[in-house]
Amino acid sequence: MLALRNISAGYAGFQALFDVSLEVKAGETVAVIGPNGAGKTTLLRVISRLIDSTAGEMTMEGRRLNEVASYELVSHGIAHVPENRRLFPKLTVEENLRMGAFVPQARAHFEERLARVYRLFPRMEERRRQPAGTLSGGEQQMCAIGRALMSGPKLLLLDEPSAGLAPVVVQSIFEVVRRMSAEGYTVLIVEQNIRQVLKVATRGYLLETGRIRAAGTAAALLDTDEIKKAYLGI
Amino acid sequence: MKRALPWIGVALLSAAPLTGMGNYPLHLMIMCLLWAFVYTSWALMGRLGMTSLGHGAFLAVGAYGVVMAWNLFGLSPWLSLPVLLAATALIAFVIGYPCFRLKIVGHYFALVTLALGEIARMVIVALRDQTGGSLGATPNTALADASWSLIALQFSSKLAWFYIVLGFWLFGLWVWTRVDRSMARLALEAISQEEDAAASIGINVTRLKLGVTVISALMTCLGGALYAQYQLYVNPETVSGIGVSLQMVFGAIAGGMFVRLGPTVGAVFTLLLAEVLRLALGHDIHGLDTTLYGLMLVLFIIFMPKGILGAATEAWNRRRAKPIAASAT
Amino acid sequence: MDIFDIFLLEAIVNGVLLGGILALLALGLNLIFGVIDVVWICYAELIMIGMYTAFFLHVDYGWPLWLAFPGCTVVVAALGAALHHFVIRPVLAAEPINQLLVTGGVLFFLQGAATLAFGVEFRNIGVRLPIFEVGGMFLSLARLTAFLIALASMVGVYLFLKRTYLGTAIRAISQDRTTMPLMGVNPSRIFLITSALGGALAGVAACLLVLQYDIHPAIGLSFGPIAFLVCVLGGLGNMIGGFLAAFIFAQFISVGGYFFHLEWGYVLAFLFFIGFMFWRPQGLLGGKS
Repeated sequence: MLALRNISAGYAGFQALFDVSLEVKAGETVAVIGPNGAGKTTLLRVISRLIDSTAGEMTMEGRRLNEVASYELVSHGIAHVPENRRLFPKLTVEENLRMGAFVPQARAHFEERLARVYRLFPRMEERRRQPAGTLSGGEQQMCAIGRALMSGPKLLLLDEPSAGLAPVVVQSIFEVVRRMSAEGYTVLIVEQNIRQVLKVATRGYLLETGRIRAAGTAAALLDTDEIKKAYLGI
Repeated sequence: MKRALPWIGVALLSAAPLTGMGNYPLHLMIMCLLWAFVYTSWALMGRLGMTSLGHGAFLAVGAYGVVMAWNLFGLSPWLSLPVLLAATALIAFVIGYPCFRLKIVGHYFALVTLALGEIARMVIVALRDQTGGSLGATPNTALADASWSLIALQFSSKLAWFYIVLGFWLFGLWVWTRVDRSMARLALEAISQEEDAAASIGINVTRLKLGVTVISALMTCLGGALYAQYQLYVNPETVSGIGVSLQMVFGAIAGGMFVRLGPTVGAVFTLLLAEVLRLALGHDIHGLDTTLYGLMLVLFIIFMPKGILGAATEAWNRRRAKPIAASAT
Repeated sequence: MDIFDIFLLEAIVNGVLLGGILALLALGLNLIFGVIDVVWICYAELIMIGMYTAFFLHVDYGWPLWLAFPGCTVVVAALGAALHHFVIRPVLAAEPINQLLVTGGVLFFLQGAATLAFGVEFRNIGVRLPIFEVGGMFLSLARLTAFLIALASMVGVYLFLKRTYLGTAIRAISQDRTTMPLMGVNPSRIFLITSALGGALAGVAACLLVLQYDIHPAIGLSFGPIAFLVCVLGGLGNMIGGFLAAFIFAQFISVGGYFFHLEWGYVLAFLFFIGFMFWRPQGLLGGKS
């Protein structure tokens, strides 16, 4: 579905990604793991077209993405749940979800998708009229994911969903990812929490200092010496 | 040779009126220098991130102050000016201290100063029995018997005024240079970039900002007094309120408020613009100069935020830097 | 004592009516600032242009008021959008003070252009609405109508912002600009629409003011500064704060003008503003300072 070939990107005077290639097939949950500063968030921002790529090509279902405007990606079926959730703090939970369905194609399906999100996250329905800023970290993450789902995306980009959350909350977040995976959503998830994410992912890529160092099925990656030593302390 | 250039320039400028130019060109030069002095005083604050939209208040204190003191109390400007300057400093302090202490910056600061400028204008209009309100006021003439009066600080000779204003203009540039060269300037630039960081390394932000504000206010007050004594007429629109305050902003920005002679260039530019328009189109086309001012201010901010002189200086520095860089490789 | 009370009461009521208009002005300004983070120093000049538009449509082209007024609103809405697109957009990335100053340039430009186009004579739309008496107080129907329309407009804007997708997007973008594209929203388009809305509110204000005051190219200078101060008093960007501040400010003007001369009412209001700022720099309900 999503394919990146030889993508390079960076910020003014500083290159963050070098020659990155990866792909996400329909129905898969693909993890991109790596340490702080490896370029994981940059990778997602490039896919979301918040930053321009300097080289390489991105395609979604065969259609070239490199020049598409960031706000047009939703109509290509890509929804991005940003790092740190980035909810609209003074809008209610339901208003945040409504914003997720802003594009005309999504408005028609608002009611049914809202119901689906509330089924997935019952706590969101309880708190539907609360300002999003008053939710706990875990609830905010669920709201953010729900907001992305409101556009009916084909591909969901999750940027470090466990960041800044307490361990027990992290468990529930990955449980959500596992459930979405089981329901057939296609997910690209970027994470520092390697053990947890590789448990719910189909495949993974290891990103270090802007380059893909390893790739394979989740199980295979977990088994790699490199990862075991450097990240899992084995 | 380069160091002598400014002095040569001053010498030429000083000699200029002796070439026998008519009264009108002399009048233009006087106005240029006078407004240059005022714009320079505004730019002292402006370049350090303190955009005031209320300098008209200080201008008014100076202008109306000397006129009212003379007309109502018979006080010579020699006596009233020190009082007015003290009052100006006080106002600047009273407004500035809370603003800086409470970190009122940017938009909020601009709008608070706007209120100040408007208060000045309103007070003038409200006191119409004394000030003549919107019709303006004229200092009682002391020139009935003589062509000049030192006590009243009125001179009918434009030549005398030229040298007076020239002196103040040079004084203004000197103040600019002193503020520029002092440690205060580096500190204040640091502040305008990142106030908390500056404060954390011990720079007394409030004191520095207050210092520059008071200096700027005092100079503006002087400018107002000069204006009143020269023109022998003041009215609330010309010396207070948002109109003249914005005019100062425009003058300083158009010329380039980060460069010493920038505000002067701005003053010359705006005055010449008004003159050219007047000559080309006659007295009947009201509003064309304002329209063009506005258009130019917009264009300047969009395309040349450093002003004419600022942009020119930057271009000049870039050109000079290139050969050096080339030879370094 | 009775007569005193009545006149004071009249001043208070007039203050409330004045507050309505100020609140409308503040609403437009706060909308623009809250969403786009820019202060339109030339807002009053947009209103001035609107007043001339209403005047010409009604007097020269003979449009009835109920057509001229919407016409005026549309024109100023377009002006607002144009202001954003041609003047604000290029400086959105620059220092905030430049954004404020560039609208200062537009202020001069519009004043000058109006002087060129319309001359300096005072004009009046010539519509005289009656003054009526209520319990010993004399109230102007024009003022009352203006108040009601202002109130209606504010309710309309409120509903728009709360109930529609676009309105929600406008509120959202003021809270987090960078996340908007992720929802398929083009921020530039929202800014443009907000600018048009701000312009439309100015247009409505113009219609209301033209019924009560003469038109003159410099009339923006008489209520422009007041509008900003009301906004800052309420907390720049906060629409409810602006609403409250408008009425407080108007009371100072009206009641102050009753006890002293008219201008002193304004001086009092401005002094109150400065004093209030020192007590609470972020304004009544302002969050960020």
